[in-house]
Amino acid sequence: MFRAVVRTVVPEADALDSAAWDELEGLVSESLRDRPPVLLRGLRLFLRLVQWAPLFRFGRPFTHLDRDRRTRFLAGLQNSRSDLIRVGFWGLRTLALLGYYGREQAARVIGYHANPRGWEAVER
Amino acid sequence: MREREYDIAIIGSGAGGGTVAQELAPLCRDGASIVVLEKGPRLRDDEFNGRELEMAEALYEDGGGLLTADGSLTLAMGCGYGGSTTVYTGTSIAAPQRVIESWNVPGLGYEEVMRRTRKFIEQNDVHYLEEGRINENNRLFVDGCRRLGYDVEQFPINVRGCRGSSLCNLGCPNGAKQGTNRVQLPRAEREGVEVVTRCEVKRLEGRTLIARVTSKPEGGKGEPSPWEAGEYRIRAKLIVVCAGAVNSPALLLRSRLPARLPRLGHGFTAHPALILVAEHERAISNFVGHPKSYYLDQFVESEGFILETCMYFPFTTAKSLRGFGAPHSAFMRAFPRLQMILVLACDRADPANRVTVDRRGRPMVHYRFAPAVKKALARGTLAAARIFFAAGARRVHVPAATQTTVERDDAERLEQIIDERHFRPGGVSVSAAHLQGGCAMGLTTDDSVTDSYGRVHGVPWLFVADASLFPDAIEINPYLTIMALADRVAQRIRQDAGTLLS
Repeated sequence: MFRAVVRTVVPEADALDSAAWDELEGLVSESLRDRPPVLLRGLRLFLRLVQWAPLFRFGRPFTHLDRDRRTRFLAGLQNSRSDLIRVGFWGLRTLALLGYYGREQAARVIGYHANPRGWEAVER
Repeated sequence: MREREYDIAIIGSGAGGGTVAQELAPLCRDGASIVVLEKGPRLRDDEFNGRELEMAEALYEDGGGLLTADGSLTLAMGCGYGGSTTVYTGTSIAAPQRVIESWNVPGLGYEEVMRRTRKFIEQNDVHYLEEGRINENNRLFVDGCRRLGYDVEQFPINVRGCRGSSLCNLGCPNGAKQGTNRVQLPRAEREGVEVVTRCEVKRLEGRTLIARVTSKPEGGKGEPSPWEAGEYRIRAKLIVVCAGAVNSPALLLRSRLPARLPRLGHGFTAHPALILVAEHERAISNFVGHPKSYYLDQFVESEGFILETCMYFPFTTAKSLRGFGAPHSAFMRAFPRLQMILVLACDRADPANRVTVDRRGRPMVHYRFAPAVKKALARGTLAAARIFFAAGARRVHVPAATQTTVERDDAERLEQIIDERHFRPGGVSVSAAHLQGGCAMGLTTDDSVTDSYGRVHGVPWLFVADASLFPDAIEINPYLTIMALADRVAQRIRQDAGTLLS
């Protein structure tokens, strides 16, 4: 379920192999490790909402939708009139981005090469 | 429960705690025992590797992602030896005269704040970075501002031997930034002050601190605490709370104090900020070089915002862009061509914005975006977008707008596109690192928590010395002013040491 969200938020995630998915999910788990229980409960509940709410609009749960419909559904959450829904989606999106862009490999792919040696590393 | 006893206990080791530790250290020569209790770890120099998530986890409270009660604002607070001075960019500017005067704290004058500020400008090696070391991300900001006739200014910074890693916010991997972790704390330790890391003070029971020392987590960064893991009762004759604008009021709210403090937790401000991004036609130097060299504050009084240069890391950047999917990825793939500007809103103390604690004693920050703050963020976004285009950007990402990507051809329509009505909680990523207020200075318990020397009203042995003392937003990067106020608090303690420690 979470992987389907990540693939929609970051389309490049389709190309990840199983080791990369493990790394991504490990980073997300680690970031949630010490979070308050109320936040974790809210997140689980929101994931359930994302999975089942599309039944009413598209007749299928989120994981059974094509990319276009997944995108439309998540865009609806992002632009919802409800503060709670928007904030919930913001949190879920943040976790997806953390898992994907928190990986060293993702940084390399987008051309981010910060180096502790700074100018020296560039000028060599 | 283990027992310890000191003359003075300082809680926190950031700009406030580190300064107080240094300034009280001479008392050690007269036999006083002083301890600094720091919740976070002390990292070895070789552990600063610039990896975004790893360093954020090691050096920030909640990995830099502490959320306000409604989840609409992310708060970044340093947590470790040196506190937030380990993870700021070293930007060091003095408080504006009009701000100090508007605080209207009896006994606290601008001239005195400046005198103390100058002391730390010298002590922490604050100076301007030489022009040859300014990267294009910063130079483009200057170019854009000058083309628009804006009065751009250079940040004085406190680096010594900066190699331009751009990783300041993840802790300098080269030890160049002169925070309290490099200057004040080592001096204090040399004079006999003890620093105990991984030690979280849970509450005060009178002059006894109830604290917990944790062991180093497996695979975690930093030295183990010098104390064994476990619960401690630490008796002190005098306590100085320097845990920051969230944790200082939260600690006092959890504690049994012999005084009624109705203003405790009130007056929280944060300079909420948006990270804005623009794409240029060609690669620019952005993730090399000091990230924050210039700022624009000419609109602070008229429109309530400041612009600063900035450069963040992949996840932080991704989070700051609105939206998702292919358009979001297109900006991320352009990383080497990205220019960034930070828009900070100068929020005002607001009755809705305060620190409380939940049933378990955890801090809860309640923050509402006042209409003036939304407007300031929108006006700041507009000014930043103009600067981006004036600097030659091909397109600009604007999070609170009718469309999130504005191409150069649409630059004339920015005024119609960017609108505070699109600024809605959860719709835009807003973060804050300048957390202030909660234990404000003032005259009585009706208007404040402490007097102008940081002494808590009605509790002569309890002081506060950090950004929580600010009665309202400082409207600049706060560190030098925190140090100046901490210096003032420490001087009063030294003057009264005979009585306070007897």
